[in-house]
Amino acid sequence: MKPVIVARRLSVGYGSRVVLEDVDTYLEPGGSVALVGSNGSGKSTLLKTFAGLLTPLDGGIEILGAPPGRSTTDVAYLSQYHREGLALPIRAIDVVRMARFDQRGRLARRRREDDEAVATSMTRMGVDHLADRAMRDLSGGQQQRVYLAQVLARRSKLLLLDEPTSGLDAPGRAAYLEAMAAERERGAVIVSATHDVGEASECERVVLLAGRVVADGPPRVVLTPENLLATFGVGLTHVDGRLVVTEHLHGHEHDH
Amino acid sequence: MIALADTLFGPFLDNAFMQRALLAGVLVAVLCAVVGTYVVLRGLAFIGDALAHGVLPGVAGAVIFGFSTLLGAAIGAGVMIGGVSLVTKRSKLSSDTAIGLLFVGLLAAGVVMVSSTDRLTGDIDAILFGEFLGVDATDIRVLAIALIAVGAIVTWSYRPFAVMCFDTDLARAMGYRAEVHHRLMLVLVAATIVVSFQSVGSLLVFGMLLGPAGAGALIARRIGVMMLWAAIIGSLSVYVGLLISYHWDWAAGASVVVVAVACFFMVLIVVEVNRSWSLRNVTA
Repeated sequence: MKPVIVARRLSVGYGSRVVLEDVDTYLEPGGSVALVGSNGSGKSTLLKTFAGLLTPLDGGIEILGAPPGRSTTDVAYLSQYHREGLALPIRAIDVVRMARFDQRGRLARRRREDDEAVATSMTRMGVDHLADRAMRDLSGGQQQRVYLAQVLARRSKLLLLDEPTSGLDAPGRAAYLEAMAAERERGAVIVSATHDVGEASECERVVLLAGRVVADGPPRVVLTPENLLATFGVGLTHVDGRLVVTEHLHGHEHDH
Repeated sequence: MIALADTLFGPFLDNAFMQRALLAGVLVAVLCAVVGTYVVLRGLAFIGDALAHGVLPGVAGAVIFGFSTLLGAAIGAGVMIGGVSLVTKRSKLSSDTAIGLLFVGLLAAGVVMVSSTDRLTGDIDAILFGEFLGVDATDIRVLAIALIAVGAIVTWSYRPFAVMCFDTDLARAMGYRAEVHHRLMLVLVAATIVVSFQSVGSLLVFGMLLGPAGAGALIARRIGVMMLWAAIIGSLSVYVGLLISYHWDWAAGASVVVVAVACFFMVLIVVEVNRSWSLRNVTA
C-alpha cells in the first residue's frame, strides 16, 4: 500500500530556528494520528510543513509520493486561525464551496458532484441550516463547524487539521468524531494537532511532541504518566474515567 | 416638479462637459468598486494610500520632462511597489514600516520637484484633486480600457483572490501562488490610481477606493454582491457629487469623494440601528 506520509530525520521550523527535529514517520491510508504537545512543541509547524506551507529545514519528506505542496488537490488543510476572514462578507455555504475551487480550475462552473460534496459535508457537521447565513453572524463554534465542513468537502486523501475541535460544543465534537470515522473508512488519513489528551485518545496513533518526538504509538501505549510528564511538564493520569492533571511542581491536583 | 427635474437632470442634459464627467466618474466608480473590494478585504488601505501619494513625483517628473503624466504616474507607483517589496525582503522590517518610509520619501520628493519649478504651479492642484470637469474623450477611453482589463484579471483570479481574502495559508495549501496574487492585487490598485488620478486626483481616488467598498462590505454577504453595492454607491456618489459641484460651485472631485465617504457613514448608521433594533426585538 502506497504511504501517505513518509518523513526521515525531518527537522522543521521558521527561518533558521528549529522548532522540532528528528521526526521519523510512516503513515498508510486509512489511519488517524494525533500530534500532541504543549504550545510551541512543534505540532502546528509540522502540520504546516506537511501542507507545504513551510520548507523543511533538514531531512526528507514525501506527501503522497511527492514533495509537500505538490499534490495540493489531495490534501485538505485546516488552519488554527482565520484572521483574514473576519471582515469578509461571505456566507457559510460559500466557505464550504471554496473547498472545490482548485479542483474546478479558474473559470469552470460547479458540477453536481461539487454541490453534493458541499451539501453532504454541511449536513455531517450539522450546519446545513446555516448555509445562507453570513459567517460573521455565526458563533465561534458554528464557524469552526463550517471550517470542518470545508475540509470534508475537499474529499482529500490527507486531512491536516490544526486544533479541529477548538470552540466546539459536545454535539459539535460528536459530529466531528463521526465525520472523521467516515473519512477513515473511505481511506483518508487524518493528522490532527491538539493539546487535548482526551481528543488524542480517540485516534489510532498518538505522537507526543516537545521539540522532538517523545513517544509514538497507539494511545494506550503512548499516553502514560511518564510520557505526558516529558511532554507537558506535568503528570496526567486517568481516575474514575476522568483525566486528572497532577501539577508536580505545586503538589496539587485538578481535573483536565 | 419641472424645476426639481431641471435641478436633478438639467446640468447633465445641457452640458457636454457634465456628460463626460458623469461617464468618466461612473467608470472610475466601477473600477474603484472592483479593486476597492480587495483593498478593504485584504487590508491594503495603507499601501493604497501610499500608492496614491507615490504617483506625485512621477507625475511631476512627467510634466517637467515633457512625457505622458499617465506614464509618470505608473513609474511612481512601480517605484513604490518595488521599493516596499525590496525593503521588506532585505531589511526584515515589517511591510508597514517599508510602506511608511517610501510613502513619505516619495511624497517629499514630489514636493521638492514641484517647488523647484514654476512649470507645475497650475498642475499641482490637478494632480492632487483632479480635473473632473475637464476630462476628454481620451481620458474616458483610457478608463474604459482599464476597466475591461481589470475586469478580465479579476474574473480570471476571482477564486484565488476569494480564498486569499479568507485565509492566505489555505490559499497556499490549495496550490495558489499567494505571493504572486498579492502582487497582482497591488498592481491592480496601482493601475486604478494611475488611470483615475486625472479625474478625481491622486489624493481623492483613495476615498473612492475605500468609501463605497467599505459600505458594500457592511451590507453584503458575498464578495460579488459587495462589488455590486460598491459600484452602485460609487456611481451614486459621482452623480450627487457632480450635481452639488454644479449648483454650489464646489470642487467636483472633492464633492464626489465627500458624498462617497458620507455614504459609508450613512450605511454604517443604518446597519448599526438595524442591528440594535433586531437585538431589542430578540430580547423583548
